[in-house]
Amino acid sequence: MINTMECAVDAQSLISISLRKIHNSRTQRGGIKLHKNLLVSYVLRNARQVYMNEKYAEIYRMQQYEEVMTVCNEIQELNPLDLVEDCEEQTGDCCGSANESASLCGALLPVSHQVPSVHHIQPSSACSVPLALQSEEVCKSPDPSFYRSCCAEPYPVSNCDFSPVNNMHCNKTTVLDLDTHVVTTVENGYLHQDCCASLQQCYQGAQSPAKKRKLDFGYYVSEIEEVPDFTPCKRAKFEDSSYACTEPLDTSNISNLISIFGSGFTGLVSRQADLEQALNGQFCSKQALASLGAWTRAIVAF
Amino acid sequence: MAGAGGGGNDVQWCFSQVKGAIDDDVAEADIISTVEFNHSGELLATGDKGGRVVIFQQETENKSQPQCRSEYNVYSTFQSHEPEFDYLKSLEIEEKINKIRWLPQKNAAQFLLSTNDKTIKLWKISERDKRPEGYNLKEEDGRYRDAATITTLRVPVFRPMDLMVEASPRRVFVNGHTYHINSISVNSDNETYLSADDLRINLWHLEITDRSFNVVDIKPANMEELTEVITAAEFHPHQCNTFVYSSSKGTIRLCDMRASALCDKHSKLFEEPEDPSNRSFFSEIISSISDVKFSHNGRYMMTRDYLSVKIWDLNMENRPVETYQVHEYLRSKLCSLYENDCIFDKFECCWNGNDSVVMTGSYNNFFRMLDRSQRRDVTLEASRESCKARQVLKPRRVCAGGKRKKDEISVDSLDFNKKILHTAWHPQENIIAVATTNNLYIFQEKVN
Repeated sequence: MINTMECAVDAQSLISISLRKIHNSRTQRGGIKLHKNLLVSYVLRNARQVYMNEKYAEIYRMQQYEEVMTVCNEIQELNPLDLVEDCEEQTGDCCGSANESASLCGALLPVSHQVPSVHHIQPSSACSVPLALQSEEVCKSPDPSFYRSCCAEPYPVSNCDFSPVNNMHCNKTTVLDLDTHVVTTVENGYLHQDCCASLQQCYQGAQSPAKKRKLDFGYYVSEIEEVPDFTPCKRAKFEDSSYACTEPLDTSNISNLISIFGSGFTGLVSRQADLEQALNGQFCSKQALASLGAWTRAIVAF
Repeated sequence: MAGAGGGGNDVQWCFSQVKGAIDDDVAEADIISTVEFNHSGELLATGDKGGRVVIFQQETENKSQPQCRSEYNVYSTFQSHEPEFDYLKSLEIEEKINKIRWLPQKNAAQFLLSTNDKTIKLWKISERDKRPEGYNLKEEDGRYRDAATITTLRVPVFRPMDLMVEASPRRVFVNGHTYHINSISVNSDNETYLSADDLRINLWHLEITDRSFNVVDIKPANMEELTEVITAAEFHPHQCNTFVYSSSKGTIRLCDMRASALCDKHSKLFEEPEDPSNRSFFSEIISSISDVKFSHNGRYMMTRDYLSVKIWDLNMENRPVETYQVHEYLRSKLCSLYENDCIFDKFECCWNGNDSVVMTGSYNNFFRMLDRSQRRDVTLEASRESCKARQVLKPRRVCAGGKRKKDEISVDSLDFNKKILHTAWHPQENIIAVATTNNLYIFQEKVN
């Protein structure tokens, strides 16, 4: 029986319900149902869009636009060279080579400082496919409909202050970091950051998904085996050896997702408590945003 | 003439039979997962979650008593599939029968294809009503006689015996699918059939079990780019080169096997643009097609998505020619239906013998008859309350909101655990088989 009071179509609760469904599907008899999980991932994506829109609107309700501009000016006075050094320090262990991380960092830096880095960009190997995806996502408009959707689609975005800002950003890529409230826009290859807390944090956040993906398999295998409910990692393998390259990411993607949302959305923390016991939600939502569209599709990458 | 021409609303439906356990405590293995009439309508097969197939046979009509409609009685029961374990992938393979499809009858025996998630089997159902007696070398109980004791010879003869129906697996088609099989469809050439899983469609020959041809493959190079899966597939009833498959995105692709060996490129794409005013969190889920069926005449096809039934003309790709709302009152309840997983229910649909009426199931053990010619629809219920012989089914109405009239049921009172996912219509007569969770109801046209 359906409750007389229709449940509040709340993006946040939908996200947690969806994640729970994906989590439960791993232990269902008959194996993971690809169709159902694909549909759940669509709901997740839709809910995420709405949630991001709502948060975005909230940010701009809280802060006056002039305040944003003031901070913006302060940022532009920072020495650009500091940014390059920070980036290079962290490239060392990323994929084991400076090249791929340079491509990620390089894309984030203003164009004037990008020139030396660009020459070092190598085509990504199979291992760095996720990294390539992330750099794509952060640097270019990931999914045009994703951000334009806040203008076009009739989601419940009530704040009218929202629209003028929207129009300004319609042809830019904008990322909102929910923890630090950093609004990052990439326009014509330039990175602008508003209301920044720490630039270093941002770069770190952008890079660590790449690191985490490679370490995922090893990290999560041990985590998962501790929990009696979890099935062995190889259970999720659908394909034969031709799929072996991306196989390490398969099951870990789901747990990755769950932990990403476990700490990123405060409303979910209590509901995800049982999950967090097993998967110490070490990841911050920065990674969720840094990996943008990639994680949505990762759900079905079994 | 048997009422093949009768519309859904001219016809009054009355209860005929119900099969299955009466008590409300449903054993999971007894949940019916597929229902299918054979080509003559004489046989009705059901498959259940426990891997069992039960075949009912229509008794020959008693011509002296035309009021007494023929009944379906159990003809054969056999275990088609058993649970398996894939050790390589650490996956359990469910024994649930996903689909049964009958082959056209060629000789005295009947043949059907039954499939679970991974394996398709061809079963031969044959009758034995005679047995040989009078062997020279064997006793009646089978023991061999000592040759030295034989002094005379006789010719063994066949003597009648009680009818015995035997089901034997004649072919087992394994290892054709990596993903879960959702459809099988026998070709009109009676030699080949297709099987479809989430990402691929294979073409088999009925005689050959160790090879199949892959004709459609929508698996992306990178699984992270997956955006849609195959949900159903069917061969055209007359054109042996044509088949269609539906997707989770609400599109149907028609493929012609003459065009190329791999039919990844469709010949026709049937898609209706989404109504932007109906956009919601669940738009992708409710647009996913759960069933596709060609009309008997081969000119139309019907698709079922969560809230509606659409009839497509094969010559028009940009929109369906008819759309029927099955239970539009559920549109405002999608969130709750998502929470309790009902939104993922896969309803099937079927045509009547002359393609004038279509039928599909709903919740609360309701099912809907949609009359195409008269543009009328009716909601009926399969319930134990209306189980008296020849009791006429009363139309049901659901009250979407506001004041509930007498005899109406409100949306919030609907029982979403009682769902009719599988229905079948006799190919010639107005006899329908409707499967509730663990019961099979047979309704017939009221004969005056």
